Amino acid sequence: MSRPTVVARDLSRSFGRFVAVDRVSFEVAPGEIFGFLGSNGAGKTTTIRMLCGLLAPTAGAATVLGLDIATEAVAIKRRIGYMSQRFSLYGDLTVEENLRFWGGAYGLFGEAIATRMEWGLDVAELAGRRRSLVRDLPGGYRQRLALACALLHDPPVVFLDEPTSGVDPEARRRFWDLIDGLAAAGKTVFVTTHAMDEAERCHRVALMHAGKLLKLDSVPRLKAAFAAGTVVEVRCPDPARALRHVESTPGVSDASLFGDSLHAVLDRPSRRAELAARLDAAGFAPARVEAIEPSLEDVFIHLIAEAESEAA
Amino acid sequence: MLRRTFAIAVKELLQLRRDLRTALTLIVMPVLLLFVYGYALSFDVQHIRLAVVDHDGTQASRDAAQAFLRSGYFDLIAQGQDERMLDPLFDRGAAQAALVVPFRYASDLSAGRATTLQFVLDGSDSQTATTILGYARQIAASLSPLVDVGAASGPIVPVPLVWYNPDLSSTRFLVPGLLAFILMVSSVIATALAVVREKERGTMESLRATPLVAVELLLGKTLPYLVVGFVSAGGALLVAHLLFDVPVRGSLFWLAAVTLLFLAVGLAWGVLVSTIADSQQVAFQLALLSSMLPTMILSGFIFPISSMPAFLQWLTRIVPARYYLVALRGIVLKGAGPSVWWPEMASLGVFGALLVAIATARTVRSL
Repeated sequence: MSRPTVVARDLSRSFGRFVAVDRVSFEVAPGEIFGFLGSNGAGKTTTIRMLCGLLAPTAGAATVLGLDIATEAVAIKRRIGYMSQRFSLYGDLTVEENLRFWGGAYGLFGEAIATRMEWGLDVAELAGRRRSLVRDLPGGYRQRLALACALLHDPPVVFLDEPTSGVDPEARRRFWDLIDGLAAAGKTVFVTTHAMDEAERCHRVALMHAGKLLKLDSVPRLKAAFAAGTVVEVRCPDPARALRHVESTPGVSDASLFGDSLHAVLDRPSRRAELAARLDAAGFAPARVEAIEPSLEDVFIHLIAEAESEAA
Repeated sequence: MLRRTFAIAVKELLQLRRDLRTALTLIVMPVLLLFVYGYALSFDVQHIRLAVVDHDGTQASRDAAQAFLRSGYFDLIAQGQDERMLDPLFDRGAAQAALVVPFRYASDLSAGRATTLQFVLDGSDSQTATTILGYARQIAASLSPLVDVGAASGPIVPVPLVWYNPDLSSTRFLVPGLLAFILMVSSVIATALAVVREKERGTMESLRATPLVAVELLLGKTLPYLVVGFVSAGGALLVAHLLFDVPVRGSLFWLAAVTLLFLAVGLAWGVLVSTIADSQQVAFQLALLSSMLPTMILSGFIFPISSMPAFLQWLTRIVPARYYLVALRGIVLKGAGPSVWWPEMASLGVFGALLVAIATARTVRSL
């Protein structure tokens, strides 16, 4: 494998006494879609801002494309693309004017920007609306345009901070098709999200919670953390009331409501029959307990529960 | 570096063109303010209610009364031959001033003897009374060197000779100050808002992620406002010249040069405000307060700096308009060249450089 695009070693950032990012270490390979998954306040944005040279770490170190984030921030900024969580386009400028401006901010002029602008219009699928004001565009198009603006200078790595927040599911799917295309073209994509379905599309996912990196692996291997047959779906009448009985059953952990059913993790597959019998006896007949393929959310809930019981 | 600065300046101008309300406010407002305040703001007193008591009843005494009325400052409200008519007029406030022409006024004049016109004033507003007395002295002196108002002072009567502003029009003195005041306030507000707007909308975060450095960013953001401010300064000066008879006796080149320097300092001040404020609302209030009050009170616009207490005199040094006003009044009223006002402009330049350094350092820290 060639040299990693991003290397973080014990990267930390505190604000006063609050530790936003706590000794986080990881490596991101070229061409990889690297997902940072976690709830709001888990430290995802703080990490991405440090990597982009917008925020100095209080401890630890990191390199991006071999450049030190503490001392070579300007050189890093020239070589990366960044799409912030907040709206990064000018609503009172047209599609073309936004592209030209952001290209100019990265030092693209004349022939260079003209070529890249056509590329950007193509990516954003806005060639027909180049003279529309950005504030008149639907959210999905704005998001694609923002990504195009961040890629005008053709950086080898792009950092996307919750790029699809506030966008409808169809636009979100199409945005991720775009990300797949970038990775296929050899670009490294570092993306934060709190949506599980998006994390499933990443090559590797880092699970963040309360500033700490809980686990980092590919999605199938994260799911393999559970022994076969131990993640179950419980179907019974009145699941909301049954939740308490499931939780109090010995050998059952991480019980949670999942639509009109319950998900739970068992310490061994043989507990399935025991659990069904117990629920039947408690008046929730007919109860069915079936082994299922664990979702990323199951993994996430399990890891957070584990981390919190360790901390307590 | 120049190209990236240029990219920002172009973007700023495009946004300004879309936001016609702001653009018009920036260009037209100074001219409009000058127009309105130029008429309202004046220490000159007009339509003074005058009563005339003529004891002499000659052609010469009637000429004296006419001279007062023709001056344009006085309106005749009562006329008679007996001083006793004056008391009720002053008591009711119907008269502000009275002219009493003595017996033998005409014969004294023709015999070459000094004579005195009695002038009665309502002194309850001393500022106005002093101004009116000044007018009366001038008019009396224009009648004959032998005529004085007030106590008789012998045959030799001092005749004041006023330079630069012969009719002592306060408008001519105040309009340059007003111009400086308006330019300062509008340039500070315009830049402070322009920078804080990016913070508020969230685009600042993306700008910071680009290779743009603070100097490029600030130059690109402020240069368009320098141009806009310069255009509106030209418009305001034209209004001052056409409507308020403010002459431009000195060189237009130097006038443009000192105005550009002054505007640049105002922009730096605005950037400094933007590093403190996080919302456009706070930025607006901070910009307004920090530019309006000092320029109004401490620049010499209305109150002469030399008559301030020592502490306030010292404080005026951080008011950019104080330096600009010396050069501006010098150039437009006296036709003075750089040899006269260069120390003030040098001070303004040093002060401006200091402001730029602080504003840039603060912006870098927030980047």
